[in-house]
Amino acid sequence: MSALVFIETSEGKAKKSSLEALCYAKALGGNVTAIVLGPADAASLQDLGKFGASKVLHAADSKLEKGVIQVYASVITKAMTDENAEVLVLANSSLATPVAAKVAIKTGASFASNVVELPDTTSGFKVKRSIYTGKAFCWQELKNAKKVIAIKKNAAEVIEIGGNATVTPYSVTLADADFNTTILSSEKATGDVLLPEAEIVVSGGRGMKGPEHWNMLEELAKTLGAATGCSKPVSDMNWRPHHEHVGQTGVKVAPQLYIAVGISGAIQHLAGVNSSKCIVVINKDPEAPFFKAADYGIVGDAFDVVPKLTAAIKAAL
Amino acid sequence: MKILVCISHVPDTTSKINFTDNSTKFDTAGVQFIIGPYDDYALARAIELKEANPGTTVTVLNVGQADTEPTIRKALAIGADDAIRVNAEPTDSFFVASQIAEHAKGYDLILMGRESIDYNSGVVHAMVGDLLGLPSVSPVMKLDVEGTKVKMTREIEGGKEQVEANLPLVAGCQEPIAEWKIPNMRGIMSAKTKPLKVVDAVSVTTSVALSKFELPAPKGAVKMIAADAVADLVAKLKNEAKVL
Repeated sequence: MSALVFIETSEGKAKKSSLEALCYAKALGGNVTAIVLGPADAASLQDLGKFGASKVLHAADSKLEKGVIQVYASVITKAMTDENAEVLVLANSSLATPVAAKVAIKTGASFASNVVELPDTTSGFKVKRSIYTGKAFCWQELKNAKKVIAIKKNAAEVIEIGGNATVTPYSVTLADADFNTTILSSEKATGDVLLPEAEIVVSGGRGMKGPEHWNMLEELAKTLGAATGCSKPVSDMNWRPHHEHVGQTGVKVAPQLYIAVGISGAIQHLAGVNSSKCIVVINKDPEAPFFKAADYGIVGDAFDVVPKLTAAIKAAL
Repeated sequence: MKILVCISHVPDTTSKINFTDNSTKFDTAGVQFIIGPYDDYALARAIELKEANPGTTVTVLNVGQADTEPTIRKALAIGADDAIRVNAEPTDSFFVASQIAEHAKGYDLILMGRESIDYNSGVVHAMVGDLLGLPSVSPVMKLDVEGTKVKMTREIEGGKEQVEANLPLVAGCQEPIAEWKIPNMRGIMSAKTKPLKVVDAVSVTTSVALSKFELPAPKGAVKMIAADAVADLVAKLKNEAKVL
């Protein structure tokens, strides 16, 4: 089945989660076209061939620099028709998920988000989705000929297959009516590893006793190439920004390794981390419920254990 | 201003999730149902806007069967004026969005949570916006109405952006847009007599079908490591878990 993949960029380069979507699309077995909207790095566009795209459509119009959802949805809908794509694949994100939903309506496609595995096509086309905030899964049949699939971050592997892509400029006519929201400004953490995409996450809770102690966790995160997160009380007390809050009502992460320091492990926090491959819990309270959900646990004082752990990792890597 | 708040009826966040009937049905045994936590933020902001702007009304809408009525009454107790229940099982995002779109015409502000905490798709607001030809913004952390303009802060990966759009508008909400409200005794008493209209669902051709549920594989027991043996932890992460 021929697939179109929407590639999101950050500072001109394809996001890791978008490469995951691209590799997922390639694994579906058909021809894969990638689409990139707004200014992008030429080498990064060319590189998409290595991850499975045979063609890259680049709509470089500067009006596409800011991700206005309705505008993106219209452009991608048109590209699906132009390319005769049966399926649109993209990564779940604050931009791509609503775009996907709108494209599904405009093209009459079956839609699924938070997809975690390749489809089962033995009878029909069934996808596995993460539901109940990571506490369960469901298999859902996508019945229509056209499908829109949003992949949960870190659920698909990025595999370099070393192909070549033809990069083609894609000219678009943008309707004024689609600019129905105006993005006035944005603040984004730059240079750091993005929490939702991170392979390793180091999170701190109330046990850190105050924002002034976060440099200890940042040092550990830096050593591991990890992103930093926190529990809800920590962001509620403004020790850390809200976009770092991991949990039921915050960011849901799915890293290879999640290290929780001074977090007791309320069920609402666990809902944000239950897709992690390996969980390490460091807490001075041996009764902390988080230990039950952990793979490895250390009962000890964060202020003693964390610097030692950072040093041990530096020595080992 | 007329505000519509769409609420989901979902298992409490502390619920253990189980399935019955050969993994084809959600097991409701021992499960407490609540207003979706994100929807609760949307409702709280709507009530704040009503309190600050005389003449504003707040209607709540739920797509669900009769068992959702206690949840709807709670929203009325928190301060909504009236309610609509679309009498149907909320099968998928497009179905729910189509029901909301049917009743949302004429409202200035259509608020809901960023996602329901059962199916987590996080797209109903975008679909409602598309069906009605209205702007939709989510997840919104701050929302202020200034005349016909709405100023919002939207969370994005690793940060936030300032967004502006005109009314009418659809928004998916999340913290810290407002503080959750707890109903008081007067609210609970008056909620009993507030209008709750039950309507039939509009017919929608659904394009997805649930085939079965699955629970994650059980986790092995935690391996405890002594606080003075961190090198041992690093070795295990590297060689046993293979995550370093």
